[in-house]
Amino acid sequence: MVLLTRKIEFSASHRYNNPELSPEENVRVFGKCNNPHGHGHNYTLEVTVAGEPDPVTGMVLDLSELKKILEREVMQRMDHRHLNYEVPELAGKIPTCENVARVIWDLLEPKIAQGTLHRVRLYESADLFADCYRNGAKA
Amino acid sequence: MRTERGSEVKIELGRRYRFAAAHRLHSARLSEEENSRLYGKCNNPLGHGHNYVVEISVSGKVDRATGMIVNLADLDGFVQHEVLDAFDHRSLNEEVPVFRSEVPTTENLCIEIFRRVRAFPLAKLERVRVEETSNNSFEYAGDDVRSDS
Repeated sequence: MVLLTRKIEFSASHRYNNPELSPEENVRVFGKCNNPHGHGHNYTLEVTVAGEPDPVTGMVLDLSELKKILEREVMQRMDHRHLNYEVPELAGKIPTCENVARVIWDLLEPKIAQGTLHRVRLYESADLFADCYRNGAKA
Repeated sequence: MRTERGSEVKIELGRRYRFAAAHRLHSARLSEEENSRLYGKCNNPLGHGHNYVVEISVSGKVDRATGMIVNLADLDGFVQHEVLDAFDHRSLNEEVPVFRSEVPTTENLCIEIFRRVRAFPLAKLERVRVEETSNNSFEYAGDDVRSDS
């Protein structure tokens, strides 16, 4: 098995706020991420696909195909958007790194026609990231 | 529309921390000549240092109310207290008890950091990865007998 990873970057704004909690609770739990005016990040997304290289093309999957999928599913949905208000898949969820990574996993997983999605790693900053794996897969 | 696939996907949170520390690679089980041959300039009796990067990965259920596996402030506070306060701007050989008997290689450093962070009560520690320099990194996921010692 060979792993292939493609990296893209997008920028988006978000705010952490749970309407079921009081304003004071929200500040206590989310700190400055609760700022009513929101804030933003430069996200880096690494998408890893696992598979055997095709004997004819030598590829696990065509990178240009993966690029198109990432453009359509992630860039057009999230780049320069407000994650709380403009991404329907995140409606009702706090747009944490964990939740955004999981939404991206769910968007990409059915679209990968060759190989299988192995890992989605989403960096919110250089020092904070979330990983999604298929359960049981070796990190 | 979308089927529930929660059990099929595992989510981890990764966090990077930094500390600077001195060390000297020297094994009491080897002769002076063997130490010098094996560790080269890392055996310098006066020691040397690195800017270490520690990557901690934890897993757990994403809390619906917060969207988080764990509140970062809790993880940061724990790592600060258990690891960074004990290692940053210190001599690993002289000031971290385990390295009085073990050689403070980055392999052993991974194991020691894993041992310390494993006690974190709010999420499951999956992995510790340490960069000694930007060119050398080491990972430990707790599958070694020594992690239980």
